[in-house]
This record gives sequence, C-alpha cells and structure tokens, in this order.
Amino acid sequence: MATYLEFIQQNEERDGVRFSWNVWPSSRLEATRMVVPLACLLTPLKERPDLPPVQYEPVLCSRTTCRAILNPLCQVDYRAKLWACNFCFQRNQFPPAYTGISEVNQPAELMPQFSTIEYVIQRGAQSPLIFLYVVDTCLEEDDLQALKESLQMSLSLLPPDALVGLITFGRMVQVHELSCEGISKSYVFRGTKDLTAKQIQDMLGLTKPAMPMQQARPGQPQEQPFVSSRFLQPVHKIDMNLTDLLGELQRDPWPVTQGKRPLRSTGVALSIAVGLLEGTFPNTGARIMLFTGGPPTQGPGMVVGDELKVPIRSWHDIEKDNARFMKKATKHYEMLANRTATNGHCIDIYACALDQTGLLEMKCCANLTGGHMVMGDSFNTSLFKQTFQRIFSKDFNGDFRMAFGATLEVKTSRELKVAGAIGPCVSLNVKGPCVSENELGVGGTSQWKICGLDPTSTLGIYFEVVNQHNAPVPQGGRGAIQFVTQYQHSSTQRRIRVTTIARNWADAQSQLRHIEAAFDQEAAAVLMARLGVFRAESEEGPDVLRWLDRQLIRLCQKFGQYNKEDPTSFRLSDSFSLYPQFMFHLRRSPFLQVFNNSPDESSYYRHHFARQDLTQSLIMIQPILYSYSFHGPPEPVLLDSSSILADRILLMDTFFQIVIYLGETIAQWRKAGYQDMPEYENFKHLLQAPLDDAQEILQARFPMPRYINTEHGGSQARFLLSKVNPSQTHNNLYAWGQETGAPILTDDVSLQVFMDHLKKLAVSSAC
Amino acid sequence: MSQQGYVATPPYSQSQPGIGLSPPHYGHYGDPSHAGSPPGKVHYFDLHVIINSQWSGLLSRTGSGMAPPGQGPPGPPSAPLFQGPPQPPQPSIMQPGSQVLPPPPTTALNGPGASPLPPSTHRQDGLPGPAPLNAQYQTLGSFLFKIFFQAANYGPQMAGGQLSYPGGFPGGPAQMAGPPQLQKKLDPDSIPSPVSRGQVYATNTRGQVPPLVTTDCVIQDQGNASPRYIRCTTYCFPCTSDMAKQAQIPLAAVIKPFATIPSNETPLFLVNHGENGPVRCNRCKAYMCPFMQFIEGGRRYQCGFCNCVNDVPPFYFQHLDHIGRRLDHYEKPELSLGSYEYVATLDYCRKNKPPNPPAFIFMIDVSYSNIKNGLVKLICEELKTVLEKLPKEEQEDTSAIRVGFITYNKVLHFFNVKSNLAQPQMMVVTDVGEVFVPLLDGFLVNYQESQSVIHNLLDQIPEMFADSNENETVFAPVIQAGMEALQAADCPGKLFIFHSSLPTAEAPGKLKNRDDKKLINTDKEKILFQPQTNVYDSLAKDCVAHGCCVTLFLFPSQYVDVASLGLVPQLTGGTLYKYNNFQMHMDSQQFLNDLRNDIEKKIGFDAIMRVRTSTGFRATDFFGGIFMNNTTDVEMAAIDCDKAVTVEFKHDDKLGEDSGALIQCAVLYTTVGGQRRLRIHNLSLNCSSQLADLYKSCETDALINFFAKSAFKAVLHQPLKVIREILVNQTAHMLACYRKNCASPSAASQLILPDSMKVLPVYMNCLLKNCVLLSRPEISTDERAYQRQLVMTMGVADSQLFFYPQLLPIHTLDVKSTTLPAAIRCSESRLSEEGIFLLANGLNMFLWLGVSSPPELIQGIFNVPSFAHVSTDMTLLPEVGNPYSQTLRMIMSIIQQKRPYSMKLTIVKQREQPEMVFRQFLVEDKGLYGGSSYVDFLCCVHKEICQLLN
Repeated sequence: MATYLEFIQQNEERDGVRFSWNVWPSSRLEATRMVVPLACLLTPLKERPDLPPVQYEPVLCSRTTCRAILNPLCQVDYRAKLWACNFCFQRNQFPPAYTGISEVNQPAELMPQFSTIEYVIQRGAQSPLIFLYVVDTCLEEDDLQALKESLQMSLSLLPPDALVGLITFGRMVQVHELSCEGISKSYVFRGTKDLTAKQIQDMLGLTKPAMPMQQARPGQPQEQPFVSSRFLQPVHKIDMNLTDLLGELQRDPWPVTQGKRPLRSTGVALSIAVGLLEGTFPNTGARIMLFTGGPPTQGPGMVVGDELKVPIRSWHDIEKDNARFMKKATKHYEMLANRTATNGHCIDIYACALDQTGLLEMKCCANLTGGHMVMGDSFNTSLFKQTFQRIFSKDFNGDFRMAFGATLEVKTSRELKVAGAIGPCVSLNVKGPCVSENELGVGGTSQWKICGLDPTSTLGIYFEVVNQHNAPVPQGGRGAIQFVTQYQHSSTQRRIRVTTIARNWADAQSQLRHIEAAFDQEAAAVLMARLGVFRAESEEGPDVLRWLDRQLIRLCQKFGQYNKEDPTSFRLSDSFSLYPQFMFHLRRSPFLQVFNNSPDESSYYRHHFARQDLTQSLIMIQPILYSYSFHGPPEPVLLDSSSILADRILLMDTFFQIVIYLGETIAQWRKAGYQDMPEYENFKHLLQAPLDDAQEILQARFPMPRYINTEHGGSQARFLLSKVNPSQTHNNLYAWGQETGAPILTDDVSLQVFMDHLKKLAVSSAC
Repeated sequence: MSQQGYVATPPYSQSQPGIGLSPPHYGHYGDPSHAGSPPGKVHYFDLHVIINSQWSGLLSRTGSGMAPPGQGPPGPPSAPLFQGPPQPPQPSIMQPGSQVLPPPPTTALNGPGASPLPPSTHRQDGLPGPAPLNAQYQTLGSFLFKIFFQAANYGPQMAGGQLSYPGGFPGGPAQMAGPPQLQKKLDPDSIPSPVSRGQVYATNTRGQVPPLVTTDCVIQDQGNASPRYIRCTTYCFPCTSDMAKQAQIPLAAVIKPFATIPSNETPLFLVNHGENGPVRCNRCKAYMCPFMQFIEGGRRYQCGFCNCVNDVPPFYFQHLDHIGRRLDHYEKPELSLGSYEYVATLDYCRKNKPPNPPAFIFMIDVSYSNIKNGLVKLICEELKTVLEKLPKEEQEDTSAIRVGFITYNKVLHFFNVKSNLAQPQMMVVTDVGEVFVPLLDGFLVNYQESQSVIHNLLDQIPEMFADSNENETVFAPVIQAGMEALQAADCPGKLFIFHSSLPTAEAPGKLKNRDDKKLINTDKEKILFQPQTNVYDSLAKDCVAHGCCVTLFLFPSQYVDVASLGLVPQLTGGTLYKYNNFQMHMDSQQFLNDLRNDIEKKIGFDAIMRVRTSTGFRATDFFGGIFMNNTTDVEMAAIDCDKAVTVEFKHDDKLGEDSGALIQCAVLYTTVGGQRRLRIHNLSLNCSSQLADLYKSCETDALINFFAKSAFKAVLHQPLKVIREILVNQTAHMLACYRKNCASPSAASQLILPDSMKVLPVYMNCLLKNCVLLSRPEISTDERAYQRQLVMTMGVADSQLFFYPQLLPIHTLDVKSTTLPAAIRCSESRLSEEGIFLLANGLNMFLWLGVSSPPELIQGIFNVPSFAHVSTDMTLLPEVGNPYSQTLRMIMSIIQQKRPYSMKLTIVKQREQPEMVFRQFLVEDKGLYGGSSYVDFLCCVHKEICQLLN
C-alpha cells in the first residue's frame, strides 16, 4: 500500500465510499476526542462499468438479527462448506448451489476485488417505470409553449413500456384520462380542498375493481388490466395521443385580475398525484414530476396569497415570524413527502420563475424522496431544457441513470454502531443491534429508504465507536461495515448491491500518528458540512456557525502542533492543512449564509449539497478558480481577490454557476476587437479557452449550472467577487494601487484574519 | 255595459268556463250605452226538475246572460230559447244523505225538448241539448236565477234549496224586480252571434269585470292592464275590512306579467327616458302611470297610490289641456296605457353593471336507465335542432343566449365546447360533496359560433356512456354546479335538467325512498308534500339570488320524491315536466314538444316583482313560483309567459268609493338579449260599501285559482281534512253572506247563488276532488306532489281547465266549421255509446270512443275499418286526408296551442280497462275513489249555508 491518498482514491473508485478516518480509534472515548466523527460518504450506485452484476442471489447469514451477506471478509471452511459471518460470527452452511466451491473455485463474492458486488434478483414481479407529469398551466404563453415542447420531447426519451400520466393544475386540478378515444376527458378537482388518498381514489373511480387486483398482486400484476389504466398508460400506446393532448394544453383560463397572482393549486395537485400512485402502484418505481412556474397561491400548501402587493416570504419575514403560510404549507408537503416515500415513489420539482416558487416549503418533497430539484428563471431557457433532458440520460449500458425504491441497510461489526445518515433518504425505523442511541442526521435506524437515486447520489453515514476503553481491540483487528442497497434498476430489475469494507483499529493514545495520517480531510470537510447544513435546517444560523467554529478549534487543538499561548508556533500536518480553509469557505457558503439568498435559493442549494458526491460537494464549499493568461497554460489559482488580475481571464466553477471573468485589460482588448485581427489570433484562442472548458463542465453536470460570462466592472462580476477570499478590501488600504488583484468592498473577514483568530484560539488554554 | 253578455252561452252547452273557444257574445264593452241594460233571469225549478237541476248549476251561468227582449236597448245578447215541452218529472228524490244518482239524462240529450237554434244565429245551439226546463217554469228576472231544491213531497224539507244570484252589472241599477216575462219572440240581432268573435274589450273603465278567460276577444289597453296580465277575484273591493270579513270573499289578483298576447293585440310599448330612468313617486316609488294626477299646470303631479304631491322632473314637463290632461297624454304609453315597459337604468342592475345575456345549461342524466331507453340519444338529437331556435330579441338576428352542457350520473361531466377546439373536452367533477365549476372559458358558448363542436359533442354523448352501468345519480350538486357556472359567468340563466331517478348517491341532497302510503289520511300526510331535506330549500334560495332558473324534465319509473326534487324548479320560476314510465315510442312526442316550447317561450330573468297598492289595502300574501326574502319583494330567478303569481290583499284602512283601489305591479327583469327592463301593469278597481256590488263583480275563475293555490300551499302545514273543511266552510260562508245580505227574501230552502259565483260550487267540488286534497292510495305520492306544484304557478285559464276539463263531442263535428264544437259537461251521462268525445285538462288529452261509434268516423279518424281495429297504443292520430281527421287534429292543435304543457293523447275505448283513468276526469260525477258528485256537493253546501243562516 502506498500513501493514504492512493488508498483513499482506490477505495472510492471501487466501493464509492470515503471515510473521514481510515484508521479507526479503538475506543468510544478516544473516538469522541477526535472531534470529527467516524463517518463516510457513500455513493451507493456509483457507476462501475467494470462490475457486471451477478445473476444470482446473495447468501445471507442465517442469524435472523444479522442477515449479513457473504463477503470477502468472511472466513470460509471449504471442506466443511461452512462460512463464518464476520459481523456476528455465526457459522453458516453454504446453500446447495455452492457445493462445488473450493479455494480455486470461489464465487465472486468471496474474491477481495469484489468488496462491492451487485446481484440481480430474478424473482418477483417487474413493473414498468411510471412517470407522472404534474404541470402548472398558470404560465406565460411562451413559457408554457417551451414546457409543452420539453414534455413532448421527453416522451421520446422514455422507455416504450413506461407508464405515463398527466395532471395539470391552475385554479383547478385536472387529472387527464389517457385511454379514451375521441373526446378528451379529465377529472377535475377543486384546488382548495385537500383530499385523502381514499377520497382521491374514490373520485377517480379507482377503488371499485381494486379488490380483485389486490388479491392478484402477488402474482403477475402487470398482466392484470390496471384499474388506473385510464390515467397511466404505456408510452408506446398513447404517445401520439399524449403529444396532442400536451399540444392542446391551454393556459389556465380563469381570469387573473390586475394586482393578483394566478391561483395555483400546487398543493392539491401534488396531493392528487401522490394519492393516485399510492392507490394504484405502491412500491413500484415512479417519478412524480412537478413543473411549476410560481408559488402555490391557494388551498393546502399555499405559500403566499394571491395579492401581488403582499410579497412572498423572505428570510427576514421568516426570522420575524412573519411568514404566515410557511408552517402550514411545510407541514402539508412533509406529509405528502412522507407518504410518497412510504410508497417508494419520488417527487421531482422543476420550478422556473423569476420570483420564488415556494421551494422552501416544498423542498422536503424532493429531499425525502430522492427526487430532483431544479430551479430556473423560465422554462424557455437552455438551463431548464438541457437539465430536463439530462434526467433521461443513459449510462454505458443504455440504461437510465436512475434507480427507484432503494433501501440502504448498514451492518457494522460489534465495535461500531450506526448513528445516522444525511442525504436524500428517510428512515425506515428499523432498530437493530447496530443502531446507536446517539443520532447524527436521520438516525435511530439501520435502514433508510431512498426512493429515487442516481449514480451520483451520495449519503453521509455517521457511526459511533462503542468499544469501551477498557476492552481493547486485539492488535491488527479490523472493523467491518456492510452496505446493502436493494433497488429497482431502471431496467425494472430488482438488484442488490453489497459493499463490504474493513478498516484497521488503532489505539488513539499509542498510534495517534497513524490515525492522523489516515484522516481524509476532504471527506471530513464534506461530512462536517453536511452535519452543519443539517443543523441549519432546524437551528438558527449563528448557532450553527458557532458550533462549526468550536469543532474546528477543538480539532486544531487536538491535532495541531503548537506551544501553549503562542499562535505563531501553530502548525498542522499535511493531512489537516486544507481543512480550516474548507471551513472558512463553508462559513461563507450559501448553505449556511442566508444573506443575499431567498429562502427558495437556500433550499435549492442545500438540496443539492445533501446529495452530491464528494468532488461536487467540495466544489460547492470551495469553488474552483482557473486562470487563463499569456503567461502559461491555464492553472488553478487561489480563490482569492488577489487572483483577480487585469490581464487574466478567470473561470470559476461554484457548481451552481460557471463564471467567466475577463480582467480589465483583457476586456479592453476584446472591446477593441483584437480577437478579430488575424495578427492577434492568440488572443482569440485565449478568449476561447475558458469557453471551451466551461462547455465541458456544462455538459457533464446535473443540474446544468447557470452560465455567466462577464468582465471587469460588469454587474455579473458580483458572482465572482462574492466568492473569493476578500484578502484585499477597502479596509486594508496598503494594497491599493499595487498589482495584486482587486479589492473587494466587504466587511467580511478574510482567510488570513480567520486563520489568525483560529490559531489564537487553538493555542489558548482558555478553551 | 252588458257585462254578462259574454258569459251568456246557450243552455245545454257546458258552462262557459269550460270552453276554450266558445263564441263570445258581447257587445262593445266600452260602450256605455249598454250599461243600463242588465238583463237577467230567474229560473224557478220545480220539484220536478230536481233531477235536471243537478246540471243546471252550470246552466245557470248560461242563463244569466240572456237578455229579456224589449228590456232596455237591444244591445245585450239575449238568451237562447228554452223551448219545447216540459221535461217529464223524474221520480228520484234528492236527499243530502242519499247519493242516488239519476239515470243519465240521455233522453234529455236527444230529447224532443231540444230545439236547436239555427246554426247561423248561434252555433252552439246546433247541438241538441237537454231541455231541462219547462218553459213555463222559466221566468226571466233581472237579477235572480234561482234553483229550487225542494224535498220530495213526501221527503223532509231539508234537502231543498234555491240557487239565486244577481246578474252582476257593474254600476248597473238594481233591477231586482224585473217582472217575469216569457220570452216569446226573439230579435235576431239581439241574440249572440258567432260573427261577433273578435270584438273588442277596452280597459277604460275602473272596476269593470273582464270577459271570462275562455272568451276569445281582442283586448284594448285603454288605461288598465289587460285581464291577460292581471285578473282579480273581484273588481269591486269592499270599503272596509269589516265588510271584507263579513263576505269572506278573498281579495286577490292573479298576475301573469309575461302573458302571451295574441298577435292581433298591441304588444307592450317600451318607454326609454335615457339616463333619467322612469319617473317615480318620491314617497311610495310607484312608477308613472295613468293614475297620476297632474296639477298646477303640469308642474306637479299627485300620486294615485300614496297621494304624495311630486314635482314633475324638468325633462318630463308638459302643459295640461282644458280638462287637466297632459298634452302628450296619448303620446306617452305610461300616461295612457295600463301596461308598458321601461328601459331600466344602471341603478336597477346588479352591482350597477349592465347584465350579461342569459345562458341556458343543459344537464343530462346519463345513468344506465336513461341510456338504455334511448332518452339520452333522443335529447341529444333534439337539442341539435332546438338550439337553432333559442329565444332572441325581436330586432336581433341571432340569439344572445349562450349554451353549456353537463352530463351526470354519480359524478358530473362538464364539456368544453369552445369554438376553436377540434373536439369537445370533457371535465369530470367527482367531488359532488362540494361541487364546483371546473372551467369558465369554453363552457358557456354562443351556439352559432361553436355549432360544429356542439354537434360533435351531442353525437358523442350517447356513445360515450353507452357502456356505463352507473345506476346512482346525484341531483342537488347538479343544480349547484349549474348555478355556480352562471355565477362564475356573471349572468342569469336557465338550467334544463333531464333526470330520471331518486338521487341516492352519496352527496348533498341525497334522498331516500320515503313514500309511505300509511301516512295517507293522517295528520302526517303533509310530510309527503314537504321536501325531505332542507338542502333543496337553501339551494333554491341561492339559485334565486343568482338568477338561476331550473326547469326539470323528470322521467320516473318509480318513486323519485317529486316533493323534494320539484322544490327548486318551483321556487326558481322553472317548470317541472313529468313523464311517468317514459317509453320512447309513446312519450317522446310529448316530451319533445314540451322541450321545444320551454326553450322557445318568452321569458324574463333575474326578476323582482313589486305590487304597489293605493292606500287602504296592501298585498299580504303571494303564491307562485317565487321566492320572498322580505314581505314585499317577490323574487323570481325567471318568469315565463305561463307563470302566474297570485297576490292576496288585505285592508289596512278604509277604502274610498271615489278613489277606488289601484294596483300597480312592476317587474324588473333581464330580457333574453341581456337588457334590463321594467314591466308595469296598472289596474284600477272599484270600491263599494254595498255587499251587492262586491258580489256582482266577482270572478269565479280567479277565485278558484286563489283557493287552489292557498289550499295547496296549506297542504304543507295542515291536515288535508282541515283544509277541505275550510274550503267548504268558506264557500258556504260566501254564499250565505250573499243570501243574507243581497238576495231577495225567499224560502229558506232555496239555494241562491250570486250570478258571478254560480259555478263556484262545481269548481270548488273539483278542487276538493283533486288528488292533492283528496288522498287516495291509488294515486302515487309523486303525482300528487307534481300536481300540487303545477297548480301553484298556474294562471287563471290553466287552473280553470285543469279543474274542469273540456269535453267535446266529436261525432257531431261539423267538418266545415273552423270553430270548436260546444263543450259539454264532464259527466258520464253526457257520453253516448254512439259518440266519440275529446277530453282535455291541460295535461292529458283523451279520445273516448263509444262502443257503437259510427264506423265512418272511425275510418275517417283512424283509417281502420272498425272500432275493434282501433289501436289504443297511439299517442298521435294518423294523418289521414279526411275531413274528420283533419278537423279533429285541428281541434286538438287549437286546444293544445295555448297550453303550457304538451298533452299526451290517450285513446280510450268504452268499457275497456283504461276507461277508469278517463272517468276520473268526469268531474261532475262521483269520483271513482271518493269525492262527491256535483249534486251531492251542492246539497252539502246548501246544508252548510242553512246552518250558517240559522
């Protein structure tokens, strides 16, 4: 084994797992002193082109409380055809199919390189994927037109046997019947009245034949004539019909008087969509895709009244407790999200409007069900169109990059317990021997449901070392964790992906250096950030910042090398050196700062932060800045105001935005039109280079970032200026006039000041 | 002024009120020269004619019109002759207790006594009629017409009675003592003549009693509203409330503000004062009318209603002429006419906005039974043509009315039929618990613009639900949806609901089958007439508030609770049509005619009626298809040409004989074109402190209309027995009061009827025998509730025909004449085995065939060789190019023409089972299931009178 860096990278590529600590402190007490908890970022469905799924079922430990899956860490007695569970030490017989195994004839799951393996379950019914469009019709004409076109286009991207449904809403909610010939038919619901699932099914006429259906369910339900067939039809059957129907969609016909918002019954529409699927296709992969162009203005889930003179709530209102609809609306959507999650469906929200659309209240719909959340200015933008198209992108096998109805189960060896998870999941409330009493994130369970996930969906999973100090782990002992993800593949197969990992235990007192060296500061930063953001959802912003600061100080105290009360002596080892900088940028990030962001934007940013993988998360915390100049090839530069130079082009990637910034001189050159002169072709190339790089990022990312092309003095330059470390401000005047970058007009502390304070506090014996 | 001229019909024909088109016999009513020629007659019936006297109650009316020749100027119509030998005495004895009916006086029908007048002079006399009177008993008196009911020589005295009444000439001198004269000679000009048809009745005199409803005449508005619009129970009000109490004659007016006016009468003038709006009295807000007195050279006017002196608005000023009349008196309708319309200003509109044109919404029950029996298809097919004929303003090319479509069973289906759609769109509303309108744009559309989409829809509806097996229906949510659609479109309108079953689906207004025959004849019977839930009541209230009129076509095959379902149509000014056990081949014609009529008929929307009166009395009670939020404003979601409101008046104070009693009825409404208008009807009545004047001016048809409505309203709250007693008592009281105060002294045993009320007993008996008031388990509860509701909105002509059907002999038809044959009395004794008779009551029509009907007639009418070949299944006579067939069909269409409901024709063969149904309509006979015969009732009333007098 080479360096820990290589080890970490190798593990991530193979298992999709990154731990904050790669050598584990062997006792509870020591683990708590490490400040950063033992945790990992798990990407359950990380794309593994080199990993073909095996076409048989996993072998389970026979102990009912364990049910761990046979893995390379298990001890196998090939002669006796026995294997010992490495979690509970139960000895198990191999099943009859394994009679032929030997040291040289091992099944895949016993080979070390298959620490992650995927099984395809053959039994059980396969039901088609379901896509239920929930479309807002209170849109401007061109917006609606663009949306209609996007939806029509999407029909061609769906698998032919997928079921589609259409619900439109405005003042009323219409559930469109898709099967009928001739006259187009829809069921209409009042937008102000919340209905129970039972009522909805009654009103849609779904209940009557349901009795024989339920009895037949264990058999082959997809061959039964679905009761819901009127509303959900295979794409190949009705794509013409539905294309026409979408084409004929009109704007909500109810008049909107001056000074009013259109009445938009988003809450009821979603409720009906959820109720429709709940009654007809429970526990089947289904996406409810909500397209909305404004805030819900009536009925349950309303976010703002229809009077335009009353603006939609801001953070200021929320702090002042002035958001009168927020709590009720949030409760409504939470209830819906929980129901949806229970049924294994997911809700996507595509909100395109210039003003807020109520994402703050609706966020749980996407967050708890693993749905997507996309925010844009208009449906008539490439941001929306391409993002939406990318939902239906396919992987190397030609399968959709989406999976449904997953459950993630975590099994730990005895020294560990699982404390919780943070990500697009809900708890399944499965108590077990490996469930910790302390909760971090969504805890109290060893199983979570992730209704919708894609190859990049990443969960933060937090553990607790429970081994007591006086019961040391034997030298060389290893702790093991098994992640079992059962899900419905987009090809409608049921699959199980099993990842089993093991790490060494180390005594923190004697082997602190080992532990320290095995610290993954990137993973740690993201995992701490997730905890911070998770807290920020329920706590006041400043409290979270204080908590983060305290954790950072404690970490520095623990792992820094310094003389007491001497800040100048403070040093951090390489494996910790970037961590304070991450924390500095995290404190400034929109995930924890609500200033200058609407509540919707905050929700949107936090949504994506809680589900992206480590690399993307790090970009979100600390944006990447590239510099392009005549001085050399493009190079990453410090995210610092000093990097903003007149003769540079900067490319910043904050995950949500791609900013291209032309320095003062470059901008003047461009204005003068040098790029068009043949003798300055190199300038033309220089201008083009960041554009090409930006395109590359734009192509790869979901959701599509906002693309900003600006220059020195441009109004959009604020996107860059607000992100860089304000090392030069109007306050430190000494820098004026020097060739050291651009001053930022802010009172925010710079990284330098932050670090100075940190050192001072870390070395102080007061805390 | 010989007011009784037009009541005169020859004897033996049935009394005038039963005849739709009997020839009028009146002079020019406006001609004062006739005023002093009030002939009358007294008929003294001997004991011998007791038998016949049971018919003479009606005959009496006939007789009253006869003018004694040589008495007064020859203007008034004279009586036909009673000639021939005396009727042989009949041996039966009339006793109040004994219900011995005399044998049918068939002999009388064809008896030698019948001496027809030459048809040229009086067509009706062409009919041989019974000659009940011996000429020697027949004496002509000026006012009295008496019928002696005397006990047989050997019987007790109590059964006797005498009918007596004055001729009732307004303002006519009391010529009580006209010496009996025998009519010997007849002046050919003085007898009624059929060519007098089309004579003119001018409404220029206060308190004049108008022609009977059945009289065909031209009415000329000369300052009072035509009797087609307002008809009063009496045209002379008692001066004091004491007097009114003494007589117990109801003071009421039956107002039919949108009555259809024959094409030869002048339609209403429209007055437009521009932004000034109508001129109104400052105090009582009465509208400018002929009763306003201009004073001070035309600068002021005194209100005839409240006597307030108002300034004439400058724009309205006009000088007065030498008799104090404005110079523009004849130029301004509101100064010279009894009825006219005003263009209303924005002040008279909801929210001060001009109203939108109304909308019609068609709501079709598409539950299993309606699909299966083809009704839905029938409706859809018919709508395609009938929608071409939506009512419109006269000057417009196309109708402004928009249309919308809803189908429903347990849920509601709305249709978007916007003109730019290729296909209609269906929107299903399943939330019937809280129904709402799912679309605005495209639901109510202009028929012309969306014609192709609508036709497409109507083609598809029957197919769309062809596979439906939904049996349950909702009802209240359907109305609610229609109302809310109109409300959302901000326009008044009318819902046409085609419904067939008890709404049992879970929804507001859900009904259960509560038909319970055990309740009949108990104090709880009234429950059957009350709605099951109060949902419909509040729904009706909302409908009226939003100008939503509901017309319901019911196709019940079993109990559907008409009392509940019919409430909203009734209170919103709509119409209820009921087709029991609807069968495509039997009933579709009737239904389609009703549908066409209802869509095309004249109608005003979102109406408020206010009845103002001069000081001393006021309107206290209102009956009809109305809703009242307070005590004065009569609100109607809509009012059409067939709906009448009966208004009862009570005294506040003393009325002056000079000033009379003035009534102004103002209806504010929205036209089919969306204009807001005021329709004003003015009527002046006399006042008198003489009871005799009061009795002279009574109008029996209007009285019966009032009695029927008040009794049918009371049905909801009181036991039927009590109501029947009240009716009988009041009848007796009215007559007793007359007897006591007005009639010349006579033997106590005489039953004396005032001329104007001579047919009151027979009508009252018909009312009492009506299935609403007389419970019989054989009649379905629904039918009773239906008839009850029907009567509540009836005008005088309709109620008259409804209670006393028209019976026409067909076998004696003169195929060359275009007039209707004279009606005969509704009694079995009038039928003959050789005859064919046509009976109509406004709802049903029967063609009764005697077993020995002349084969040539059968051949002519049915195109079959004999009686036995006639099929009773048909509801439409075959079109045979034969004078019999043509004339009969013409007669039937004439009878049908003026009636709001299409009458279903039933062919009845004598002595076959269906005859039972027919017989129920022979109202003078003892009812099959109870109800006394006319004679029995007369005796009963007489007994009551005697008790009162003692």
